[in-house]
Amino acid sequence: MKEFFSESLYFGLTISIGAYGLGLLARKKLKWGFLNPLLLAIVAVIVVLNVLDVDYATYNESAKYLSYLLTPATVCLAVPLYQQMELLKQNFWAVFWGITAGVLSSLGSVFGLAYLFGLSHEQYVTLLPKSITTAIGIGVSEELGGISTITVAVIIVTGVLGNIIGEYICKMFGIREPIAVGLSLGTASHAVGTAKALELGEVQGAMSSLSIAVSGLMTVIGASVFATFL
Amino acid sequence: MRKDMKLLYQFGVIMTVTFLGEVLHAVLPLPVPASIYGLLIMLFCLCAKVIKLNQVKLAADFLIDIMPPMFIPSAVGLITVWADLKEIVVPVMMIIVITTIFVMICTGKVSQGIIDYRREKEVERKDERVF
Repeated sequence: MKEFFSESLYFGLTISIGAYGLGLLARKKLKWGFLNPLLLAIVAVIVVLNVLDVDYATYNESAKYLSYLLTPATVCLAVPLYQQMELLKQNFWAVFWGITAGVLSSLGSVFGLAYLFGLSHEQYVTLLPKSITTAIGIGVSEELGGISTITVAVIIVTGVLGNIIGEYICKMFGIREPIAVGLSLGTASHAVGTAKALELGEVQGAMSSLSIAVSGLMTVIGASVFATFL
Repeated sequence: MRKDMKLLYQFGVIMTVTFLGEVLHAVLPLPVPASIYGLLIMLFCLCAKVIKLNQVKLAADFLIDIMPPMFIPSAVGLITVWADLKEIVVPVMMIIVITTIFVMICTGKVSQGIIDYRREKEVERKDERVF
């Protein structure tokens, strides 16, 4: 049986999509707003792999085709952004300063807490790019002497967390404006947060998409400065 | 054109732009990934009307729709770094939770504040006209 799962070309892909489908179904049936289909799917896949004793490399052999689509999907984020171009022009400064504040607060708070917890320089720079998209984050971490595999893990956890709590944090702190909600999600939790923003509305999705690119590029510059602090 | 052929055509356009992003990533020495170059190229082409919205919309909407499960494989990959992460997991998790919430509040509050401020000024201007 184990050999079958190791040789199957479609197993990893099937359980990934299946688990996400189940997550969506559970949210709908249980009417539990904060039940997150993405988190549920991740946990379900990990459980299935453990139960069937399939290792990650085997699973990823077929699941990687799902990740493969992430680059063209990110390119497609230009479409909602283009449709909100007028709104972006009208609110240029709110967008610019919002994202700048987000990038600075991210770098600043990681520095403050890393100092407080007494992390080493290596651990500190590993965490610095935690809020930006994986492809840029890996580069930043490697460039500054961090451990890129841990950076990827931290970026993913940040994204999933943002996807789960973003909507509630915005509500709790009186961030109602769709533009501001989108910027919050995208700047704090990159593409995974953007997936949530797109669910909330077109404006939120577009602003979140923009934040991925802008905050990513700002962080490249900002992180190299902040890296010298600890 | 039949609908399925239209989708194939649109998917082809998106893949071409993605490939161009990959080319730029290989040629330019900047730390910008292919996906971000691709996003910027796509945005530029749409604004310049080189690509029309209806030449990519259907396939783009589909790819964006199915985006969330695309993160599952790398998230499941967490199990492979668990051993390295174990000893620092408590401070790392605390840093992730605190900073993520903090960034959300800072970003949202600043942009919301600027939007509210502009609106207030616009109302004031209208009031002045009345008097």
